[in-house]
Amino acid sequence: MHRYILHRLLLMIPTLLGVAVIVFVLMRVIPGDIVEMRFAEGRFFNQELVEKERARLGLDRPLWRQFVDWLWGVARLDFGLSMWSGGPIRHEIAIRLQLSLQLALMATVVAILLAIPLGTVAALWQDTWIDYVVRVFSIAGLATPSFWLGILMFLCFLIIFQWIPPMVFTPFWQDPWQNLAQMTWPALAVGYRYSAVAARMTRAAMLEVLREDYIRTARAKGLGQGRIVRHHALKNAMLPVLTVIGLEFAFLLGGLVVTEQVFNLNGLGLLFVQSVARRDYTLVQALVLLTASVYIVVNFGVDLLYAWLDPRIRYQ
Amino acid sequence: MNRRRHRIRQGFGVVWVVGLCLLVIYGASAQAQNQPHPGGELLFAVPSEPPSYDGHREETFGLIHPIAPFYSLLLRVDPEDANNIVGDLAEGWTIADDGLTYTFRLRQGVKFHDGSPLTSRDVKASYDKIIFPPEGVASTRKGQYEAVEAIEAPDAQSVRFRLKWPSASMLSGLASPWNFIYKADILAKDMHWYETNVMGSGPFVFVEHVRGSHLVGKRNPHYWDQGKPYLDGYRALFISDTAARVAALRGERAHIEFRGLAPKQRDELVKALGPKITVQESPWDCILLVAVNHERKPFDDVRVRRALTLALDRYEGSRVLSQIAIVKAVAGVQVPGTPFATPPEELAKLAGYWQDPEASRQEARRLLKAAGAEGLTFTFKNRGIPMPYEPLGIWLIDQWRKVGLTVNQEVIEAAAYYQVLRSGEFEVAMDFQCGYIVDPDLDLYKFQSMDKNPSNYSRYIDRKLDELYEKQSRATNPEERKQYIRQFEQRLLDDEVHYLMTLQWHRIIPHSSKVKGWKITPSHYLNQQLDTVWLAE
Repeated sequence: MHRYILHRLLLMIPTLLGVAVIVFVLMRVIPGDIVEMRFAEGRFFNQELVEKERARLGLDRPLWRQFVDWLWGVARLDFGLSMWSGGPIRHEIAIRLQLSLQLALMATVVAILLAIPLGTVAALWQDTWIDYVVRVFSIAGLATPSFWLGILMFLCFLIIFQWIPPMVFTPFWQDPWQNLAQMTWPALAVGYRYSAVAARMTRAAMLEVLREDYIRTARAKGLGQGRIVRHHALKNAMLPVLTVIGLEFAFLLGGLVVTEQVFNLNGLGLLFVQSVARRDYTLVQALVLLTASVYIVVNFGVDLLYAWLDPRIRYQ
Repeated sequence: MNRRRHRIRQGFGVVWVVGLCLLVIYGASAQAQNQPHPGGELLFAVPSEPPSYDGHREETFGLIHPIAPFYSLLLRVDPEDANNIVGDLAEGWTIADDGLTYTFRLRQGVKFHDGSPLTSRDVKASYDKIIFPPEGVASTRKGQYEAVEAIEAPDAQSVRFRLKWPSASMLSGLASPWNFIYKADILAKDMHWYETNVMGSGPFVFVEHVRGSHLVGKRNPHYWDQGKPYLDGYRALFISDTAARVAALRGERAHIEFRGLAPKQRDELVKALGPKITVQESPWDCILLVAVNHERKPFDDVRVRRALTLALDRYEGSRVLSQIAIVKAVAGVQVPGTPFATPPEELAKLAGYWQDPEASRQEARRLLKAAGAEGLTFTFKNRGIPMPYEPLGIWLIDQWRKVGLTVNQEVIEAAAYYQVLRSGEFEVAMDFQCGYIVDPDLDLYKFQSMDKNPSNYSRYIDRKLDELYEKQSRATNPEERKQYIRQFEQRLLDDEVHYLMTLQWHRIIPHSSKVKGWKITPSHYLNQQLDTVWLAE
């Protein structure tokens, strides 16, 4: 097991290096330039200004040199300065990470609380009205984009209560009420779609597990339905559900661009899109590396959880 | 009978006195309602965020809106009348008879937020940074001050600008909303300090900026203008999504958004909030232009360019588009209603501004035929920003179709757009200019020959136009200047049709009726110091 963990940890290095190379090259290949974005609308825009600014940002150096310098910084966990704001990238990310992490966690809790009971109930009462209701609920969740649900929520608040959630993030430890007044609604909007994915997976996995020989044996031994579900079926059915939850969680950290726009959340998704639009190379590179790292770590964590959930799985 | 009459008369008397008292009370309370009173925090939404805090180098209103209240300027545009320039730090000024020396007398007792006194040394250091930036320092608008030869500070309270030639735009140039007065000592130590820090002498003091979220300012108790600012502070909320900004106004999470909203959003807010919302509107010193690449055939032929402008029915376009987009007035090279703008009856004589669209289009068809460009097909490059590029692009293509032209639109992502324009890889493209102060020098600068101004994307050389630009710029007599501007306009838009003007933008600011003391101007960069703003209860 230790060798496996070490192997996986070492494998992260070439993976992240590959990601770094791809994002570095891609950002320089796409048309557009941060200096043009910043100054080209001005009346007195000229070549001298472009060259001055490019030199200031280090963009006049050879590409290989820019890449090596950046990589050396990354190796020391120094992501440098944002080319747009001039602020440290670590700070730019840190102020958004708190919000994104909280939203991802809250949405995951909403999803788990909804998906696992609903998926289980639907599987136990397959092809009954209960199953149909759960299926309609989950298909509706899959078909409804979370940002659209967010817009609907916003409009309902405005029209019925003449109220909208706060537009500035307040950390939970500063003012829990204010924090929840802002974060609950996007968490519900995102969590609903997320729960739909997980509920369908739970139902499918439960149906498969409930037909296994060991479940039949447990029933033949005279165990009650509740005990069979809790101790034998659910735990084994959780493997694919866990994969879905892990991947979704990683996605939520940086992928909620439109939902963040709708609720004016100062999260990583919006930062990512703005950085690409501004051609803020250093910030985009850091964000892509962060996202890739989150995916790798979450996948690794899920793999380790497999072994805990299913004693038959042992990594060599 | 008499007693009854007496009682009735007495009753009337009482009613009359009570009515009079009520009227007086109402009048007094109405007057009190209109009197500025201190207190409150102004909440305003800003669609974009300041990249840095240095007004001398940035180009976005995303800096002006949240940062301008921290700074004083030498001169400013009058908050009550955008056509008038008044002193901010300058108490008064004199102009030498030859127009080559401007001397400003500074107010006494002005202090920076750290308590240090502001003197002419600070003004000189700030303007030296703007006009003569040292190596490695970007000053994006130094081109505006080509006439300035030197800046001097003869004593602590006087600043002198010496010019190489008389400049009609000198005062408006010095009232630029970007020209924050910085502290000389700080600049002497680090020219880049102001990119990441704030230290001004304006009506508000910097409190905090959470990137991507908000920026907070609080009242400067030592502001030179006693009794101002009225507000205790302000909070700029960075909200990039338009729908979220409208929702913020509607849900009263923000009092105002200073850039401007579309007609549909104005109507939605007025319908939802009724008297709780007030709408201010004004022509806006921004315009989408059509750049016609003179280096590409057949657009090197003035007949083809003339046909392109003659095809446009600007008056009908104004009527229709103003209902859905942030455009309205039919305009020449100056914002309608401003001192140097061409009156509508004069404007109607220019090609493409005729009142009879059919006659105009007939002439366009004739010219295209004469140039051998009948049924011409070309690609129109448009910028990937929905408002107002998209509706105006569709309108242009439809108008050109009416004279037999086939136009394909290619929409280019905003970040890549200017590279296309600068490289000249286009036939006809949408271009844009937006003014931070209404001034002929600024508004005409773009149209000089391409070797004088690289932002001339129509890519022409026209020495006569350059000469007219220079003449109007140096004409200190307003009437004389007006004549040169007319000639410039005639040549640019009619004789040579180097560029096509579409429609003047129209600024619409719906705001909470609680916001008082703020008046709309034709530029979203102006009147943002917020010292005159107050909140009604």
